[in-house]
Amino acid sequence: MSASSTTGNASLAGGAGSTFSGSIHEWVTTVDHKRLGLLYIGSGLLFFLIGGMEAAVMRAQLAIPGNDLLEPQEFNRLFTMHGTTMVFLVGMPIITGFGNYLIPLMIGARDMAFPRLNAWGFWMFLFGGLVLYMSYFASMGLYGAGTAPDVGWFAYAPLSGRAFSRGNATDYWVLGIMISGFGSISGAVNMIATSLTMRCPGMTMSRLPLFVWMMLVVSFLILLALPVLTAAQVMLLFDRFLGAHFFDTQAGGDAVLWQHFFWFFGHPEVYILMIPGFAYASEIIPVFSRKVIFGYSFMVAATIAIGLLAVGVWAHHMFTVGMGKGLNIWFAVITMVVGIPTGIKLFNWIATMYGGKIQMKTPMLFCIGFLGQFLVAGLSGILLSGAPLNWQLSDSYFVVAHFHFVLIGGLLFTIFAALYYWFPKVTGLMLSEKLGRWHFWLFFVGFHVTFTTMHVQGILGMPRRIYTYPGDRGWAIWNFISSAGVVFQMAGVLCFLAAVVLAFKRPRRAGPDPWNAWTLEWSTSSPPPAYNFLTPPEVRSRRPLWDLKHPDDPDWKHE
Amino acid sequence: MNAAQALPMEGSSWNRGRVGMACLIFGESTFFSIFVVAYLFYLGKSLTGPHPQDVLEFPLVATVCLLSSSLTVVWGVRALAAGRRLQAGLGLALTVGLGGAFIGATALEWSRLIFQEGLAIDTNLFGTTFYSLVGFHAAHVILGLLMLSGIGVGVAAGKVTAEHAERVEIVSWYWHFVDAVWLVVLTTVYVVGV
Repeated sequence: MSASSTTGNASLAGGAGSTFSGSIHEWVTTVDHKRLGLLYIGSGLLFFLIGGMEAAVMRAQLAIPGNDLLEPQEFNRLFTMHGTTMVFLVGMPIITGFGNYLIPLMIGARDMAFPRLNAWGFWMFLFGGLVLYMSYFASMGLYGAGTAPDVGWFAYAPLSGRAFSRGNATDYWVLGIMISGFGSISGAVNMIATSLTMRCPGMTMSRLPLFVWMMLVVSFLILLALPVLTAAQVMLLFDRFLGAHFFDTQAGGDAVLWQHFFWFFGHPEVYILMIPGFAYASEIIPVFSRKVIFGYSFMVAATIAIGLLAVGVWAHHMFTVGMGKGLNIWFAVITMVVGIPTGIKLFNWIATMYGGKIQMKTPMLFCIGFLGQFLVAGLSGILLSGAPLNWQLSDSYFVVAHFHFVLIGGLLFTIFAALYYWFPKVTGLMLSEKLGRWHFWLFFVGFHVTFTTMHVQGILGMPRRIYTYPGDRGWAIWNFISSAGVVFQMAGVLCFLAAVVLAFKRPRRAGPDPWNAWTLEWSTSSPPPAYNFLTPPEVRSRRPLWDLKHPDDPDWKHE
Repeated sequence: MNAAQALPMEGSSWNRGRVGMACLIFGESTFFSIFVVAYLFYLGKSLTGPHPQDVLEFPLVATVCLLSSSLTVVWGVRALAAGRRLQAGLGLALTVGLGGAFIGATALEWSRLIFQEGLAIDTNLFGTTFYSLVGFHAAHVILGLLMLSGIGVGVAAGKVTAEHAERVEIVSWYWHFVDAVWLVVLTTVYVVGV
């Protein structure tokens, strides 16, 4: 790819990139997997700040009963935009970004299989995100001009159909998510083709880093799930614009069909977001335990098993719509079965740490936080998979607590771990360990103050998505505590931002391998050159750098 | 597995282009499955007519055209790989012609359904699901026709030669996929659905 080599040379020589407009031009036209990875992660973090602010405003509204900080309609738009943003514009780009940046480096390749498609995918994602946020300025909603969609992140039809969602705010939701979905699908095609065909000599599938294995499974899940959402969204658009009747109950359409389609996408989507978290933990925990991962092949098999089970559990989101006994039992049982491969993974991570020389660096702290919180998330998930209990707890704050334990306690903690772990590789600079610790502890405390208490509100019967509540329900104190936790979480994120700024203000050089790690990305310089490796590396075991550092006792003698 | 020197995929014909196209086809298949599911789910649930058994005719000519175009494209790709430019061009032209005939037959069917039978996408659930499923398939046929026509022009101009045969073959996979989808659509709409 000529374009990638020109941009690479220019940045090395400081040529066109030395002027501001020159560097903008370089970043906009880049097809280099590392730059695209950073663009994905950077825009994901920007959307994270936006989505986080939306959450903070909602928590401010709910802090005291009968609050009138927000209008009900504003609250509806906020929870819609918060959920949509966090899933599609934060989770998806950040996992794709890490995949983009790390897969070629980990398998000893010089770029992704399709660099131009890669760039196309990123710009589609960003364009989709901008379309969604254009709605605040451009769309006509039910309540007048300039209004964001207010149909919730799963936009249940027929409520999102033409009859009940007037105006075009919902169309912005459909189009923005559909366009960013095209980007995700192209990214998945690219990651599969890269992991399967671009591996360096000796990098057999059984030596593939677990990160790459897990991103491979995630990519297949994306190909399986995202087109389903696209198809359902096309149907919704046909209903809204062409007068079709897919979700039109007046013409015999089914009121539950959208829910089936959406959750057939939506539940695999949870694993699409969560398995990358497993991937980061599976790389980080062994390095800071100074041990090989326990049960490599079981980790791979468990990941594939989770991927297969993911397509058989979607209707556990729908126990309350009245599917009948048979389906309820099926979806309850299959959902509980997911706990088995997930449990295997948890025990493997713990067994990796067992007896190791554990180094409590910031990435490891976040991973340990993840282990405990993800266990709680899994346990509350098993509670919710019991259909009778689900009838009581569905659409209450217990569910909100559950999926925030998954996506924050699980995914976001591992994303922070990954940011601290790979920042030295990406920039060549170390992040402050002190600020990292402040970040971890503030965020850890804030997370639990906010979300552990939400279980209680849910059991006390507080429904999700209400904009306010009367003071006599016994929810007020719990809501106040939940809202107070936000301050700690924000302070934690500020520590992270401060650590990033400080890393550039007072640079401490990282060198190629600051963590004494074992996978191929640490064998090249930090930051890696545009071509990644001067000569394609050769691999003889799962820990190529261990073999290099310990020629007397290489891994390939034992594997 | 201790052959440290050999490239993992060496000797396998699964290069990135093939894997990429296979992945695209996999994703497209899930997209179509949802429309097939919707079609079958709403079968016989239309509150008003017209119903499938009243208005649909088995599209024999269109089916023969489309399925045989899979053979002509194979013939064209093999000729291209062997450097027989004339045959390659002819194979691609025949494929485009047969695919075009399929689209023509679909156009005639739609115009009959819309103007004589009064079935549009907003008429009833049958119209909604029928035009979506058949229409998305037809859109994919048109996309395939555009790609094959571009390659055909390239062959005629001498720009696409034997060295590009593999890339052309990967495009032909897409065409085979479009054919396979038609078999599913045909079974769903014209066999099971009437």
